[in-house]
Amino acid sequence: MPLSIELSKPKQRESLNKRHFKAKIFARFCACVTWMGTALLLILLYQIFSDGLSWLDWDFLNNFPSRFPERAGIKSALAGTIWLISLVAVFAIPVGVATAIYIEEFSKKNLLSRIIELNISNLAGVPSIVYGIIGLTIFVRGLSLERSLISGALTMSLLILPVIIIASIEAIKTVPISIRSAAFALGATRWQTVWSHVLPASFPGILTGVILALSRAIGETAPLLMIGALTYVAFVPEGPMDSFTALPIQIFNWVSRPQEEFHQLAAAAIIVLLTVLLAMNSVAIFVRHKMEKKLQ
Amino acid sequence: MTTPAVHLKSISKGRVRWLEPLIHSGLGFCTLISIITTATIVFVLAKESFGFFQEIAPSEFFFGTSWVPMFKPSSFGVLPLLWGTLIVTFGAALISIPIGLASAIYLSEYASAGKRAVIKPLLELLAGIPTVVYGYFALTFITPALKVVFPDLQVFNALSGAVVVGVMVLPMIATLSDNALKAVPDSLRQGAYALGATSYEVTSQVVVPAGLSGVMASFILAISRAIGETMAVTLAAGATPNLSFTFLESIQTMTAYIVQVSMGDTPAGGVAYQTMFAVAGLLFVITLTLNIISQWILERYREVYQ
Repeated sequence: MPLSIELSKPKQRESLNKRHFKAKIFARFCACVTWMGTALLLILLYQIFSDGLSWLDWDFLNNFPSRFPERAGIKSALAGTIWLISLVAVFAIPVGVATAIYIEEFSKKNLLSRIIELNISNLAGVPSIVYGIIGLTIFVRGLSLERSLISGALTMSLLILPVIIIASIEAIKTVPISIRSAAFALGATRWQTVWSHVLPASFPGILTGVILALSRAIGETAPLLMIGALTYVAFVPEGPMDSFTALPIQIFNWVSRPQEEFHQLAAAAIIVLLTVLLAMNSVAIFVRHKMEKKLQ
Repeated sequence: MTTPAVHLKSISKGRVRWLEPLIHSGLGFCTLISIITTATIVFVLAKESFGFFQEIAPSEFFFGTSWVPMFKPSSFGVLPLLWGTLIVTFGAALISIPIGLASAIYLSEYASAGKRAVIKPLLELLAGIPTVVYGYFALTFITPALKVVFPDLQVFNALSGAVVVGVMVLPMIATLSDNALKAVPDSLRQGAYALGATSYEVTSQVVVPAGLSGVMASFILAISRAIGETMAVTLAAGATPNLSFTFLESIQTMTAYIVQVSMGDTPAGGVAYQTMFAVAGLLFVITLTLNIISQWILERYREVYQ
């Protein structure tokens, strides 16, 4: 490696003090910049809480959207988000985990499996708005599902599927090969091995990935906007074919209005959204922590 | 039909025999869904774009300098939208790449285990905040703050969009680059220190070059994400196609245009509706190319250490 030669040549004439001074400045600079980045999070949170906290009360959670800020609430948006996430979980988790199992445990390692894996990592990088267009063309118009919860849930499922697959593949990879060999040696079939040994062993990792994927789905706005999730919905959806609104859509609607009061309402809705996300992420971190302890 | 009670053992064996292939093909079908998704994306975008290019010459789309799709006389030059995306992405990269790399260096080379345990989860938290929240942040905090520095700033402006997208992709660059730098084996650092190098020299001439493939890949992924970002730029940068070199005025990015069409009452099937697919197709090709380049860099230039 040519690194050592480069290292000694141009620096020879520089005095030692100067070099150490430079190193010190650089270290300070990196530390400062990093703390500045994290301070930004605090500013963001402060901004949201100082704007929104005073609007947050039971009426806000239990009222429908309104033209009058003091009567507006997020009941329909919250209900829509809960419906949406439940449906997405039902669609995306089984398909995502099944795909990961197929790729890791069943398929032969050949050109085809290589193409499938490449395809999935590329799907993960497709902008969310493109998924929105596909949802609009295929689900809303093509399959005539209209602007319903089910269209939104299917679109969102396609969006988070690559995330679930990639996380599950990583989790399955950490299961030691000896566990599989032992099961095979006792005469278990491939599926029996997977179902009763590989899946339980990789469960915490899969769960973490699933929760992170679902929390991404909760916050995504663009695809729902594309498929036309209504921004004014004054009822709670009762079935998958009902039209709906969701928390991020409601936030977007309020932020895009010029009046100050609606920005504060948006901040209050953001507090609710972030609380839900934080709760989900805490579960993921807790599970991961427990798993790491178990492995040690 | 056989009576079930008699051949209990052979039946359970038989069940395994037909269940296994069934499960095998069921799992295979699930895998097929992701292939179908890709095929559908390509097919839908290509089909509608093809319809669009039968009405509008590709040369007008790719080289036209005016984007007025909704009103007569209409013109369909995508350059103003492309330019809007470009300056937001460029500004975002200018902010997030140096800060992100410096944070990654701090995390992997300087921070104590305790500080790392605080900062890394905070960065992951920042990365998990929904983009519409960043849009709110841009309108209520970043734009007013920038207005103090630039009094001519419009309410919707490219600068605010660039800053907020930069802030958004920052945690992604920091955590991915940190992973890449952490993967550089300690023996390389120790070798350099043994030759008398200072910590700055070790970092800038040994660690960063050794982890460069991962660092570069994180930059390109962040740029690709900035190009595809929708909500924050729609809220911060506005909806005015603008081909002038300006950071202080309202612009429109490709993604913001797609949102605008979908929210309006554009009837399906017309040329104005098809523009959405042509723009989305261009967006898809650009981000796909960047993602493939980043994967290629990761594989081609990965340094393997034993």
